[in-house]
Order: sequence, then structure tokens, then C-alpha cells
Amino acid sequence: MRRYRIRKDESCILCLRCSRECSFGAIEVKDGKALLFNHEKCTDCQRCVTFCPTGAIYITEDENRFRENSVFKDDDIKEIILQAKTKGVLLSSMGAQGKNIPIYFDKILLNASQVTNPSIDPLREPMETSVFIGARPAKIERDANGKIVDNLPPHLELKTPIMFSAMSYGAISLNVHKALASASEALGTYWNTGEGGLHESLYKYKRNTIVQVASGRFGVHETYLNTAEAIEIKIGQGAKPGIGGHLTGKKIVGDVSKTRMVPEGLDAISPAPHHDIYSIEDLAQLVMSIKEATHFRKAVIVKVAAVHNIAPIASGIARSGADIIAIDGYRGGTGAAPKRIRDNVGIPIELAIASVDERLREEKIRDRVSIVASGGIRNSADVFKAIALGADAVSIGTAALCALGCHICASCHTGKCAWGIATQDPKLMERLDPEKGAEHLVNLVSAWTSEIKEIMGGMGINSIEALRGNKMALRGVDMNEKELEILGIKYAGE
Amino acid sequence: MRTLEVKNDSLSEMEKYESMEHGVDGMKTRCPSTDIKNKENDEIIITDCLGERYMGCAKKSGILRIKGTPGNALASYLDGGTVLVDGNAQDAAADTMNAGLLAVRGSAGDALAYGMRGGRVYILGDAGYRAGVHMKAYGDKRSILVIGGRAGSFLGEYLAGGIIIVLGLGYEGKDITGYFCGNGMYAGTIYLRTDKTPLNLSQNLIKRDVTKEEKEKILSPILSDYAATFSLSLERCLSGGFIAIEADKSKTYGELYAAV
Repeated sequence: MRRYRIRKDESCILCLRCSRECSFGAIEVKDGKALLFNHEKCTDCQRCVTFCPTGAIYITEDENRFRENSVFKDDDIKEIILQAKTKGVLLSSMGAQGKNIPIYFDKILLNASQVTNPSIDPLREPMETSVFIGARPAKIERDANGKIVDNLPPHLELKTPIMFSAMSYGAISLNVHKALASASEALGTYWNTGEGGLHESLYKYKRNTIVQVASGRFGVHETYLNTAEAIEIKIGQGAKPGIGGHLTGKKIVGDVSKTRMVPEGLDAISPAPHHDIYSIEDLAQLVMSIKEATHFRKAVIVKVAAVHNIAPIASGIARSGADIIAIDGYRGGTGAAPKRIRDNVGIPIELAIASVDERLREEKIRDRVSIVASGGIRNSADVFKAIALGADAVSIGTAALCALGCHICASCHTGKCAWGIATQDPKLMERLDPEKGAEHLVNLVSAWTSEIKEIMGGMGINSIEALRGNKMALRGVDMNEKELEILGIKYAGE
Repeated sequence: MRTLEVKNDSLSEMEKYESMEHGVDGMKTRCPSTDIKNKENDEIIITDCLGERYMGCAKKSGILRIKGTPGNALASYLDGGTVLVDGNAQDAAADTMNAGLLAVRGSAGDALAYGMRGGRVYILGDAGYRAGVHMKAYGDKRSILVIGGRAGSFLGEYLAGGIIIVLGLGYEGKDITGYFCGNGMYAGTIYLRTDKTPLNLSQNLIKRDVTKEEKEKILSPILSDYAATFSLSLERCLSGGFIAIEADKSKTYGELYAAV
């Protein structure tokens, strides 16, 4: 399918760097001195553009379009032709691209102090961005001597309310895991292994690691469960609610095969359901068996995709014994998902956070669990709004990958990532320096944290925990009454 | 009368067991698995077990002998220890088991040996639905599941490695697996002691007869260990023809998709 067109201008010095950088075979060298462009192989990942020393290369949308039609767009026709030829389910990656599904974060405005309540200067005053996530005891208990009984359930302490989302070893390279792990250590937050197991070289980051248990149970064993501060049971993810994982055989090589315990070169499947979970009671059983295996010292997270009945689902999870609910919204990313599912299934995270928070408060079980939101968080304002809507913390995946060089070309499933992120090709993996990557991640999250402090100061609050579920800090624009009702916020001007 | 006998080791472990919760709320019922930390070569015998869950969870060494009926998630994450049951196992036994031995002198419930990574699971009787789903193997490490009786539907679905053997002892001439045997499997082998093709076997799977050499080389060592565990006759376990079910490697999940 030709989507893009590669061009060069007269400033090209024929250094052939672009052809060396292109991992998709879109730029070839002819007779050692001329460039041959295979436009149909280009994914617009911008690697060649970034590395061209003279800025001679251009990638544009192919201007040869199908005749304009108000119903069948260019992509629609191209996909029909592809499926007519291949009989295949369309496979893509990264987050949903449903063009008419609103991003509610963009329709929400924040408040600030004026005259009657003074704002705070975060450069002068201390600002608390630490959050504790996990179950909270219903009341403070004291023993006979008046000493506080220290019976806190296991919880996670985050220096900033931003964690890194689950991205599996196999889907992304070991260097990315290294960067995420060491950045988490430096930031005092957590990274998540995803469902592909944990490489032994990363065991040392135990105190900043969340390990995941998914339906494929890849890399799950007693040591794995205990080499983390929390264990996440993945039921679903925002990019593909209701279906399992699929890792292309091209990415199952060497240590990925060993860590997952699946054969090299064969596509690996994570079944759609956990075959031992058919009810909340079954979920409770898995939660408790993980707690048994970890001596009741680790928090258990249950991750679900934001779907239509997310509020009662979250209520069930809260009653299953889990300490934290992670909700991944419609726009959440992935390393591979059927395109129709990615773009058509699930609901935006903003609505899910608000309705879950509301439901758990109504049922008086909000303190039994913390809520972690993810799925298309792009900047510190999104983090701030998610917390004000009712989340305790957020996770970022796509944004973190962008800090490492990702240009969201949505080709993760090919295993040929030119930026060395979503690949297991040793030559491509070298392109990402984990130390430099970690530095970028630390910079990004630190910058967001500073911005969050500034917004907090402007609002006159000095602790991020005071913001959780504080919907008076938000106003909506361009929304109907139903949307405002679900979000629990007022219209701007009210 | 519930009794606990701790061989080779201290009384304190027994005290711990007695102080444990045995509430009616099944979810909260704790088990001696994590509280009784076996030292190596320890043998713990629990009699009149009444549905306590998570018995032998993540046990690394020693022997846990259970008489009675252990509850769900028996020997989950088992990590090298030995769990012997004189009675029936319930659902989710040997969930994500990594190493060791679970031997049940009785039948097992649903979702047996789900995502099992290594070690041996021996069931003398039957297994319920979804046994051996997504079992794995890598290099020398492989998971082995032997079911003496018959297995329910969805046996060995998504199998990614390892060996499942269903003997069908006492079910000669009948179907010894249910529907959807091996659906979606992409590696590993299911051996069935029967000459009947499993019900509605997927087109993506290959069924073949097991040769004498394969029987000698692969099945015989596993089954002699199995037979010894339950004092069965090896000849009986090996008698008759076996069929093997394997994935057709030319039909992978890859061809299901078209990359956009």
C-alpha cells in the first residue's frame, strides 16, 4: 500500500546515509551511487529525514489519491483492496485513530486562583507531588498504649503521579526496558514489565518494578513475582479490549524466546481470556494466589480496558481483593492489534475515570483501591485533568516511547522499528542508547512534574493528593449535558 | 479431626498451622503453603484437608502430602517442591507451575496446569475442562502433564510447548478427550492412548500415529515415572496404540493477518 512519497532535492550529496538508516527497505542504493525509492515500503517514520546531513530528503503523503468520495475515503479503499488480496485481518499498532471520537482532555479547562484565594509560587513554596497508591485502611487504629497500629496494606510510593505503562519485552527491545527501569529508579516511580517476562539483567531494579501476569503467563514464576513491588494482572488493554496479545514470530528471537518460553520465530499468542477467570470470584482467586506467592507483601493491580460497563467492572475488581485498578482508555497504544478493534472498541479514558471514581464513592469503597489511568496521556495537563477527574496516578506509554525517539509510525508489528524501540534486530536495537534514553525519560517526567507544580500553585493547592477527584477544578466546553454529567463537571462560566 | 504432622522439623510449624484462619469465607481461608516454610527434605502431612485454597503455593522444596480435598489453586506457581494428594484436586491446580511434582491420586477440576512452565503434573483420574492450556517449554526445561483417565474439552489449547499425555485408562473404546482438543496450539505435543480422532479436531492440527521408537524414546520414560508414582503397571499404561496431535507449523497465526 503506497501512502507516502519519498523525494530528495539537489542538496543531496549521495552520502547514502538515508539508505543505511531505513530499516523498511524503502530507500535502496543502485549501482553503489544512486538512490532508489520504494515508496510503498515507506512508513513515514522520519528516520532518514532526521539523519540526512543536508536536509535533502522529504516524505510527504502521496498526492495520488483515489477519486474523492464523501463515504469511501482513500484509506477505506486501500484497505479493501489489501483484504481482497490477502484474506487477512488488518493488523496495526500504537493507539486508536478514530477521527470522530473526541479527546475530552482538550474540552476541559483548569481553574486558577484570583484575588480571593491566593496562588502559591512553586519556586518558593514546597509542593508535594508524591502519591501513595494501594488500599487504604478504613480507619486509624491505636493499641492500648495509644500507639498507631501499623497495619497498612502493601502500597506503592510515587514521587510523581506518573508511571510508565506496561510494554512487554519482545514487543519492545531490552534497551527500552533498561531505559524505563533506570529512569524509574532515578524518578522514584515505577515501570511495568508488560506480559513478556523480565530479563534477568533488570532484577536489580526490583524496587521500581511492576511485573505483569497476563493470560499467556509468559515469564511468570515465583522469582518473577517477588522481583517487583507490585504485580499487575492484565485482563485487557485499551488498544484491544476483549482480545489477547499477538507477538509476531520475527520478534521472538534469543532471550525473548527464552524469557517467554515460546519457540523462536513462531508467532506467540496470549489468549483472549485468562482461562481460569470466568467471574469476579475467579479473579479474587488469582489475586489471592498471587498474594500467597508473594507473602502478602506486594500490592496487586488489576488492569482492564475502559469499556461500556467499566464502573460495575471496577466495583467488582475492588471487591476481589486487588489493591489498585489500572484502567486503560480507548486511545491506549499497543505493539500489535487488529485495526478494527483498536479503532472501534472501548471508551475514552476521561469518561471511564469519572464514572469509576463516582461509582466507587457511591458504594463507599473508593478507599479500598487506587485508580491508575492510562491511554493517550500526552502532557502534564492531561495528567492533571485525569487526577482531577478521579485518578490517583497515571501511566504513560506512547509519550515515554516518543521521548526515546518514537515517531508513532505505527509499524511496531513489523519488528523493523528504525528507532530501535519496537524491534529485536540487534543492529536496530543498537540505535537506542539506554543511558541516553533514561536521561530523556527523566527529563520528560521531571518537566511534567514541574509543570504540574506550577498548575497546582496557580490553583492554590500544595499537594497533588488534594486534587484527586476535585472536579470543581475543572470546567468543560463544547460538550453536551450528558457528557458533563458523566464527567461530573460544570460548563465553563457556570 | 484435622491433623498436621511435621516430619523432621519443629513443632512451631504446627502451632502456626493451628493459629491459621479456617473461616467459612473461602476466599480468606489461608493455607499452610506460605506459612509453613519447608526446609529441604521436610515432609509435611496434612490430613482431612477441607477445601483450603492455595495449598503448596510457590513451594520451592520438600514434600507436602495432603489427605482429603484441597481447594482451588493447589500448587500454583509450584517452584520445585513436591505436592502429593490422596484425594481430588479442584480448579486451577498447578496454575503457572514452574518446577517440581504435583501428583493427584484422584481427579482434577477445570483449568489444570494453566500456563505451566516446567515440572510434572500427574493425575491418576480424570481432568476437567481446559487442562494444559498454554503450557510451555524451552530448551531442556519442559512441562509434562499426564492424565490417567480422560480430559474434558479444550485440552491443551494454545499449547506453546511441553507434553500432554492422556491415557484413558478404563475408558477403552470411548472418547478420552472432549471438543476443541489442541485448538490454537503452536508447539508441543499431545499424546492420546487411543486410535480415535478427537472430536471436531481443528484443521490447523496434524494427527499422526506414534511409532514404536517414539513410544520407547519419549513416552516410556515419562510413563514409567508416572506408573511408579501411582504403583500402576507400566505395560498397561503403554499398551495399545497412541496418536499424537501437533500444530501444523505451516499454518501459523502470522498468516491470519495483513499488516497495514
